[in-house]
Amino acid sequence: MIEVKDLYKKFGKNEVLKGIDLTIERSGIFSVLGPNGSGKTTLIKCILGMVLPNSGQIFIDGKPLKNNFKYRNEIDYLPQIANFPGNLKVSELIAMIKDLRDSKATKDDELIELFKLQPYLNKKLANLSGGTKQKVNLVLTFMFDSPLIILDEPTNGLDPISHLRLKNLINSEKEKGKTILITSHILSFVEEVSDEIVFLLEGKIYFKGSVSELKEKTEQPDFEHAIASILSSSYA
Amino acid sequence: MANFTSNLKKTLYIFTFFLLVFGTTSAWAKTITVCSTCAVKTIKEGVAQASDGDTVLVKKGIYKEVNIIIDKSIILLGENLPTIDGEDRGEIIKIVSDNVTVDGFKIINVGTSYTADYAAVRVIKKDGYLIQNLELEKLFFGIYLEKSNNGKVLNNKIKGDAVNEYNSGNGIQLWYCKGVEVRGNNVQKVRDGIYLEFSDNIIIRQNISRNNLRYGLHFMFSNHNVYDYNIFENNGAGVAVMFSKFVDMNHNVFKKNWGTAAFGLLLKEINDAKINDNVFQENTVGINIEGSNRIEYSNNDFISNGWAIKVRGACYTNAFKNNNFLYNSFDISYNGGLNDNVFNSNYWSNYAGYDLDKNGIGDVPYRPVKLFSYIVNRTPETIILLRSLFIDIIDFSEKVSPVFTPDDLLDENPKMKTINHDRS
Amino acid sequence: MLKILKYSFYDLMRSRWSYVYFLFYLLLGVVLLFLNNDLSKAVITLMNVIIILVPLIGTIFGVMYYYNSREFTELLLAQPVKRSSIFLGQYFGVATSLSMSLVIGLGVPFIFYGIFNSSAIWDFSLLLVTGAFLTFIFTALAFVIALSNENRIKGFGYAILLWLFMAVIYDGIFLMSLLYFEDYPLDKFSLLATMLNPVDLSRVLILLKLDISALLGYTGAVFQKFFGTNFGLLLSSAMLIVWVLVPTFFIWRIAKRKDF
Repeated sequence: MIEVKDLYKKFGKNEVLKGIDLTIERSGIFSVLGPNGSGKTTLIKCILGMVLPNSGQIFIDGKPLKNNFKYRNEIDYLPQIANFPGNLKVSELIAMIKDLRDSKATKDDELIELFKLQPYLNKKLANLSGGTKQKVNLVLTFMFDSPLIILDEPTNGLDPISHLRLKNLINSEKEKGKTILITSHILSFVEEVSDEIVFLLEGKIYFKGSVSELKEKTEQPDFEHAIASILSSSYA
Repeated sequence: MANFTSNLKKTLYIFTFFLLVFGTTSAWAKTITVCSTCAVKTIKEGVAQASDGDTVLVKKGIYKEVNIIIDKSIILLGENLPTIDGEDRGEIIKIVSDNVTVDGFKIINVGTSYTADYAAVRVIKKDGYLIQNLELEKLFFGIYLEKSNNGKVLNNKIKGDAVNEYNSGNGIQLWYCKGVEVRGNNVQKVRDGIYLEFSDNIIIRQNISRNNLRYGLHFMFSNHNVYDYNIFENNGAGVAVMFSKFVDMNHNVFKKNWGTAAFGLLLKEINDAKINDNVFQENTVGINIEGSNRIEYSNNDFISNGWAIKVRGACYTNAFKNNNFLYNSFDISYNGGLNDNVFNSNYWSNYAGYDLDKNGIGDVPYRPVKLFSYIVNRTPETIILLRSLFIDIIDFSEKVSPVFTPDDLLDENPKMKTINHDRS
Repeated sequence: MLKILKYSFYDLMRSRWSYVYFLFYLLLGVVLLFLNNDLSKAVITLMNVIIILVPLIGTIFGVMYYYNSREFTELLLAQPVKRSSIFLGQYFGVATSLSMSLVIGLGVPFIFYGIFNSSAIWDFSLLLVTGAFLTFIFTALAFVIALSNENRIKGFGYAILLWLFMAVIYDGIFLMSLLYFEDYPLDKFSLLATMLNPVDLSRVLILLKLDISALLGYTGAVFQKFFGTNFGLLLSSAMLIVWVLVPTFFIWRIAKRKDF
């Protein structure tokens, strides 16, 4: 599915990724964790082709990313900050993204229903609150049926009900056999949904495995302490 | 009624008959007809047979003749525009008698020479001539008047094919002539359209002079002349008036004289002239003034010229009043001090002042000389920066506090609206 | 690319700024023509507006649009769309909508004034075409600046500086160097210097119509050929096209290599 080989990236003098090797073969929910500046977003952006690595290669379904943009048809991406052209209406934005992906089989109506967005469809995006924008963002992400879903901080700004709905949504997508990549700071959320954790530290993969494996390795009773112990041992 | 008319006709016929019969034998003026099938077949022969007061009537046809010398006071009259073809062999008609009329010919192929100024029609030291309704083509000089006074040159069409100045001649040339009227002529593509040298009391009126190689009209050492209601267009260098006094230039149009040394009107060493009611449009320089004094410039329109007026120095007591300066790249360019020249009550389209008391006169004076025009005079390539913001800024600062331009060169009473000149 | 262009264009057509810009030109046209009633003067004033204001608006608007739509751009980047298409599409969207505000805003009052029956139609069309070119050039330059500067304050600063340089400072240096080297033949130099600044280039293109009488007063053979024949018009127009293509190429190149 996703194969990352010996990936290096630096911004100026700042080395962000220092040789990442990561293979995700099966379906399921994978959380990318790590402290601030550990390279989570950079890794995801490399996979999306938004950041161009200095060296190393990425393959999606066996095809290299370089000079290729069509593979993004197979990816649904939820960006961290939802900011859209202010003069478009919600319905127009949805139509536009559909148009850009040339995709007809979508489930946008379903999702609009789920997040109760009908009253906002004819409003301009500039007039929406942050939470509503995030909901629109979620609709845009989940309305396509791609085998790979990447979510960057999906819970930002969501009220508890929507949060719950999102969780259900993610689980139902997982059941369809998709691969889902998540970054989040909300550890409870991660613990709840993840099948596997990828822990990045200073540009390298420090740990890859399930939550229980992590607890075992760090000899901590719960997830939060496990994470904390990694951080304190590495900074000690 | 019909009877009466036929009687009258009959009387007329009889009268004419007697006129012809007695005309040939007595002092009555007679008419000699020249045509290819007539008894008289050449113009020269016709002139030879004529005596003072006679008419030589030339019928339509082509006459290949040169050096037709008219030494009697006759009327040489062409009927239906007969053609005299000089076949490039030299001068065609030479008038050496007083009171000669030449009327209604097409004269072509005057000989070109580097030693003699061959003309289509030349008048030598004789008075009272009338030269009219001629069409001159393929010529060297057109109508050449030397030391000949009190004549008229009317309604001729002169169309040359001049390419170089050194082997082309002038359309109408006056040399040491007095009291001549040059009116209604159309001169094109010769060296100088109309050329005057040492000629006084000449009236040049309603002529059109265009596409000439050098000047549309050229004055040298000629005083007390008037030229008005003429059109001078697209001549190599415009109109030049030099070393002359008391010349009135009114109601003329100077148009599209473009080029490196081109101007609508060049004044050089001119005194006591009047330049009123003219239109100067789209010339590189509207009027170029050098060493000229006591000249009145009023009611003229300067439209879209590169420079409306260039004052080159040594000019005194010139007055520019009630003129319109419209959309010229530069209004005035000025070398040296203002002297006692005056700019007053003109309309300047570049004026940006205001009129709070609503009397039609701007409340702040207008400075017609811009700093940039000095810069361009010094380094001509800077013209490429014309109308750029940087230039506007330095012009503005110069306007606020003049350093380079004469402090007192201003129009104290700039008009707020275009002055309406009656051009009928 | 056309899809992105379409959406950027729609987005801008609804923006308040497009209307302000459009109304400004409409008002300018109406004031110049109907309050002053002097077509030749109106054309001269318009020329000043076009060679100064159009580049300024193009630069500011281009930079502003780029920075304001950054997050949206990131959304687009995750879509199966070519990178160059996204940026070129946005660029053409902005430039087209600005040009349309200019052309329609000025065109409408002139049509009502009866420009079609007037001899000034060519001067006027030339003004509009030049204005459109300047919009495209300076919007492209703005995109290049914005793409190369993550920091938007810096980006705005460089954009304003670019405008100031092209509109004023360049001509100042140009004039000084002409005066300093006045003993040398300068006509080739000055034509070259004109070609290298799109503001000067547009100005000269308009001068060819407005001030040809003055331009023909200069003696140099190169100037004579440039101003006296169609050569000047053709060369200037070709250079304007080059001035659109070069920054557009840079947009494409920078966009291809940039990280988001």
